[in-house]
Amino acid sequence: MTVVIDPTKAPGAPRPARVRRPGPPRWVLGLVGVLVFLGAWELLPVLGIVQAKYLPPASEVIVALVRDFGLTAFWVSVGETLLAWALGLLMATVAALVLGLLIGGSGFLRRFTNSTIEFLRPIPSVALIPLAVLLYGVKIESSLLLIVYACFWQVLIQVLYGVADVDNVAMQTAKSYGFSGWQRIKDVVFPTVLPYLMTGIRLGAAVALILAITAELIIGSPGLGREIALAQSGGAISGMYALILATGLLGMLINVGMRTIERRILGWHPSVRGEVIA
Amino acid sequence: MKTLKSAGYLILLPVLLVALWWVGTSGEPNFFVPTPAQLVDTFGPTWFEGRIATDVLPSIGRLVAGVLLAIVLGIVVGLLVGLNRTLRALTEPVFEFFRALPPPVLIPVLMLLIGVNDSMKVAVIVSGAIWPVLLNTIEGVRSIDPVQNETSRSYGISGFARIRYQVLPSATPIIMAGVRQCLSIGLILMVISEMFASSSGLGFTIVQFQRSFAIPEMWSGIIVLGLIGVVMSFIFQWAEARVLRWYHGLKEVENAV
Amino acid sequence: MQSDATTPVAAAPAVPPAPAGRTLPDGQALLSVRGVKKVYHTDGGDIEAVRNLTFDLARGELACLVGPSGSGKTTLLKVIAGLLGATEGQVTLDGQKITGPPKKMAVVFQEYGRSLFPWLRVADNVELPLKNAGVPKAERKARVNEALEAVGLDAVPRSYPWQLSGGMQQRVAIARAVAYQPEVLLMDEPFAAVDAQTRADLEDLVRRLWKDLGMTVLFVTHDIDESIYLGGRVIVLSSSPTVVQEDLVIDLPDERDQLETRSLPRFTELRHHVYEQIQLAKRGHRPDGAP
Repeated sequence: MTVVIDPTKAPGAPRPARVRRPGPPRWVLGLVGVLVFLGAWELLPVLGIVQAKYLPPASEVIVALVRDFGLTAFWVSVGETLLAWALGLLMATVAALVLGLLIGGSGFLRRFTNSTIEFLRPIPSVALIPLAVLLYGVKIESSLLLIVYACFWQVLIQVLYGVADVDNVAMQTAKSYGFSGWQRIKDVVFPTVLPYLMTGIRLGAAVALILAITAELIIGSPGLGREIALAQSGGAISGMYALILATGLLGMLINVGMRTIERRILGWHPSVRGEVIA
Repeated sequence: MKTLKSAGYLILLPVLLVALWWVGTSGEPNFFVPTPAQLVDTFGPTWFEGRIATDVLPSIGRLVAGVLLAIVLGIVVGLLVGLNRTLRALTEPVFEFFRALPPPVLIPVLMLLIGVNDSMKVAVIVSGAIWPVLLNTIEGVRSIDPVQNETSRSYGISGFARIRYQVLPSATPIIMAGVRQCLSIGLILMVISEMFASSSGLGFTIVQFQRSFAIPEMWSGIIVLGLIGVVMSFIFQWAEARVLRWYHGLKEVENAV
Repeated sequence: MQSDATTPVAAAPAVPPAPAGRTLPDGQALLSVRGVKKVYHTDGGDIEAVRNLTFDLARGELACLVGPSGSGKTTLLKVIAGLLGATEGQVTLDGQKITGPPKKMAVVFQEYGRSLFPWLRVADNVELPLKNAGVPKAERKARVNEALEAVGLDAVPRSYPWQLSGGMQQRVAIARAVAYQPEVLLMDEPFAAVDAQTRADLEDLVRRLWKDLGMTVLFVTHDIDESIYLGGRVIVLSSSPTVVQEDLVIDLPDERDQLETRSLPRFTELRHHVYEQIQLAKRGHRPDGAP
């Protein structure tokens, strides 16, 4: 588990070092929380509060998950989901970065495109599901269409914020030293935009996974989502829950991974940025 | 003159795009993309002759119910957990798991547990859209400025009054960021819960059009969904600007320094 | 005028009998600090911020607390304010032991920007503690207006705090404390973050309010001039672990003026003396008999 940035360390007042609290350490409590959750899940069907055919006990699901870990088919599905996730995120990022730098760099283009961006951005990408089915059927392209559309806006908006944040003085300094256009982008614009870009990618990564699973679940493009739908319609209920658990773990892995990458890349940066609220 | 110019910026690109679309579809008839005229012609009959009452409004009703429930529950539970250090540590890994869980996988689960009905669809929206609000509320409460806490304490502001006048307002910027995510996840879940398991509603209708190759109707449905998204975004921006007027002002002052 | 550490200055005892501040007979002190010790338990071991502090404040006194940085001034103030519990010893207000923030006390923090609530307008910030205390609306409004007028801010009640300058924000915080009508006003380096001119104005404001309203004020500062200029008494703290190094009566005329008072020979003497005491404290000197 990663610790989120703590922006509220009080400056000034000489606060003593972190005060020790009585009681068990955090990770022990977290573990207890997980065990309580699993225990409640185990007991619900055992006590007959929920029928076991609808919610099998936790132990049964975990056993099914561990069995999945030994199956090639499971890992193939994970790979398919991750492939759509990574490709979609990459395409969206490249497109958003190029367009963002272009649009953000010109006052005219910013005003020219603003209304269109503000109108297209809130359109839910799941609205494109029927179109994706018509165009690509159950191929991976269906997933990619949804993922790219959704992630593109996340990254684009952050890049635009980033370009708007470029320091005028730094830019003028670069100009006065005769930096070429490309040098100015590389040495002034890009370092400023980078933290924003990383925020956009981190947000996009979570969205991309949601849409990858959605496309697989609803359209039937290959991956974990389709396996979940198949398990459900085939009545393999504990198998279904095991796959759901797997998607959650995958999501956690992606979250932790993205935060680590962000921190590594922005190690030089004074603040690993939170989200822009705007 | 100035307003004319800004109006020009507002509509120039959209007009160009529509023109491009019109030119692009005016030659060979394209199976996948209707002409603008076809789309306009189908839009009225498709939605305003019954479907708005039988499909669109019920969908929106479920969306609003689900999202409001998610926001209220998320804030209440977030406050309870966020204000208690032990509870926070206990729940953190479990909540992180649910945040990371892609919400669409909850649809088959809730279908099993609740059955296919309206409450299932609302439950899907609540159970998927609550996490950003809940976790952001916890984070907002956790990161409250210690000086603000001491101010409240030294003036004897405690309990409910403290939550009302100090904790909640100071956490609002982070909570609103969560609410924005909550809205877009809610809309996604409204659509796909109807696509996955339903015989009515906006999502179901659009998929029906696609299956029966009623292409202009399908596009008109995509536009309806897009409009809902745009309207929600406007409502959110309006509400956010009101609720967080102080915050945006404060940031402006801080950034000017 | 010359002065050195060996010359006893005014009422300050040359050799204090014990490292304690001035105490009063039972029942005469408004605020009484007795043998206060504060130890923080941290991951890196225990830190003793305050070792043994004893002094009394009479009703209507304005006393300043100075000490080298890291001498536990803020810790002590928070213990007195009831925001922190003492490890040993106790603080009593009007004979009542302090276990939490008492009603008769108000605190002005150094970080005005964070102590004022940015989502409330100026008047609402001042009004909030009164509203919470259940003061009727009409009286509340009157007290808010009065307090804002007293600090010279009656023109901006509808502004947000962050729209004001630092000095004005601290005035709002002072108005909030004044409107609360406390018996004891605690101020924790309130002017450390404002510019010099504003600071002089605010010092005069505090003196005026103290005289007009008859409050008891305990003012923490690291600025030696400020501590001497403001009050009738300066309590010098030692470096950590903190004890009282000296308890000094400021025998300056009651009418203070930024120019006049500060150029008095006596002011210079007192400043030298306190400065030397602080230098001693920084070098780790401890008063005789200090534990």
